[in-house]
Amino acid sequence: MELVTPALGLVFWMLVTFAIIFLLLKKFAWKPILKMIKAREDSIDGAIKAAEKAREEMKELQAGNERILAEARAERETMMKEARDMKDAIISEAKTKAKTEADRLVAQARETINNEKLAAITELKNQVATLSIDIAEKILKETLSSDEKQKTLVNNLMKEVTLN
Amino acid sequence: MSSKISIFSVKNFCFSLILVVFALFPAKSFAYEPVEEAVMQAEAVVADTAKADTHEESGKFNAGEMIIEHIGDSHQWHLWGDHGHGVHIPLPVILWTDKGLEIFSSSNVEHSEDIYQGTHYKYMLRHEHIEIVDDFGNVDKDATAKVKDFSITKNALTIIVSALLMLWMFLSVARAYKRREGMAPKGLQSFMEPLILFIRDDVAKTSIGEKKYMRYMPYLLTVFFFIFINNLMGLIPIFPFGSNLTGNISVCLVLAAITLIITLISGNGHYWRHIFAMPGVPIPVLIILTPIELLGIVLRPFVLMIRLFANITAGHIIALAFFSLIFIFGEKSTGAGYGVSIVSVLFTVFMGFLELLVAFLQAYVFTLLSAIYIGAAVEEGHHEHDHHVEKGHEPTHVIV
Repeated sequence: MELVTPALGLVFWMLVTFAIIFLLLKKFAWKPILKMIKAREDSIDGAIKAAEKAREEMKELQAGNERILAEARAERETMMKEARDMKDAIISEAKTKAKTEADRLVAQARETINNEKLAAITELKNQVATLSIDIAEKILKETLSSDEKQKTLVNNLMKEVTLN
Repeated sequence: MSSKISIFSVKNFCFSLILVVFALFPAKSFAYEPVEEAVMQAEAVVADTAKADTHEESGKFNAGEMIIEHIGDSHQWHLWGDHGHGVHIPLPVILWTDKGLEIFSSSNVEHSEDIYQGTHYKYMLRHEHIEIVDDFGNVDKDATAKVKDFSITKNALTIIVSALLMLWMFLSVARAYKRREGMAPKGLQSFMEPLILFIRDDVAKTSIGEKKYMRYMPYLLTVFFFIFINNLMGLIPIFPFGSNLTGNISVCLVLAAITLIITLISGNGHYWRHIFAMPGVPIPVLIILTPIELLGIVLRPFVLMIRLFANITAGHIIALAFFSLIFIFGEKSTGAGYGVSIVSVLFTVFMGFLELLVAFLQAYVFTLLSAIYIGAAVEEGHHEHDHHVEKGHEPTHVIV
């Protein structure tokens, strides 16, 4: 039975030695080791979380960029549309203006032409009248240059005049 | 509980090997079922040979005696050679007698006929027991019974050696952690870190719980590495290693007792209520249940002690038994001795590998069960109404 009978001396030395190494290891080994492992794990966890966060932020940033880009594109679109509209409006306005101007000018021209024409006609008439008088004068002078001719004329005139 | 199954199968395997080996012994047949029985039988062999006086006189090789001698404790460290003529390292004998302290070297009582004249009495060493004798070697039984033997024996020295080894190892690991803060582990540190993490994450955290495990980590780590390192040291057959320390009942007793004490101190109201008055159980049943639960408190560490003791002792017995075969056959014929030696060495190498596994496994099992017992003691009560359900999955009740 000796093998299964505890020996007092060995129990004593075991207790003493185990207590000593337990206390020494607890203070100088296990506590710092566990603390360091924990700290390292925490720092790794923190790093992973930070990376995750950075990635998330990156994604957000990218999404933001895309949104801004889309906005810019939309704005450009509207601006271009506005410009086009404006251009159209300007063109059509100009066209209308030009047309009115042209119309006005044509009308004015036409009036001027009419006036000119009238003036010309009047002058022509006057000149014709003057010329006619001149001619008539010259003819009269010619016709009435002698007494005989005067008498013929009178005669002719008299012949024409029918005495009713 | 897959780990339990594998432990038992290893144990059974060891036992069946002992069975085979011991069946070959010419002198005596053994009964093998529990290891204690085998041990008792082996001791009977020792007693028999003691009556027929020592093997020095009989001259014949006695395997049982040799094995028991090697797995037991000793007052001197036997290096090589026969007893009496071999080379020993003498160890200090420290005795507390009824007349006072007595310290002398074990080399004074090395031979079985040596009588040492101490300050208070005369001493002789018989079968590793220091006995008080008169001038003619007659034992004074009354005085001997009063002697308390605090000698630094082979196992006591091994405890001190392993303690120094552990201190050196883990203080240097701790230094490495301080020096390389936040960096990846390196060298011895990287060998220890997985083990430390294993104890922390798979033993302490799962068994005791996230909230309270940190308090018990120093004990669990110390006990794990103490058993593991000593198991491994026991497998190295040269000085200052090779003693059967973790297969020594005194050492196992101390370790199991510490676990018991920690469990008792940590036990909260919930734990004690479940021991003395299991909620939801009628009083007549409690009369039966409470003594069983009380017995269970002691039984659990007791089983813890026996498991470690038996497993490690079995490993040492097997290795020694294989080598004994060489000498048993060698006595019959030299050729047979050489022939068997090849087989013996091969088997011992195989068993050596198995023992490496057992060395880790037993350290792990001891730590895990300690953690589970502590975990049961500190477990917080759930709601009163689901006690029956809760009882079902409480780990302690599954194990014992």
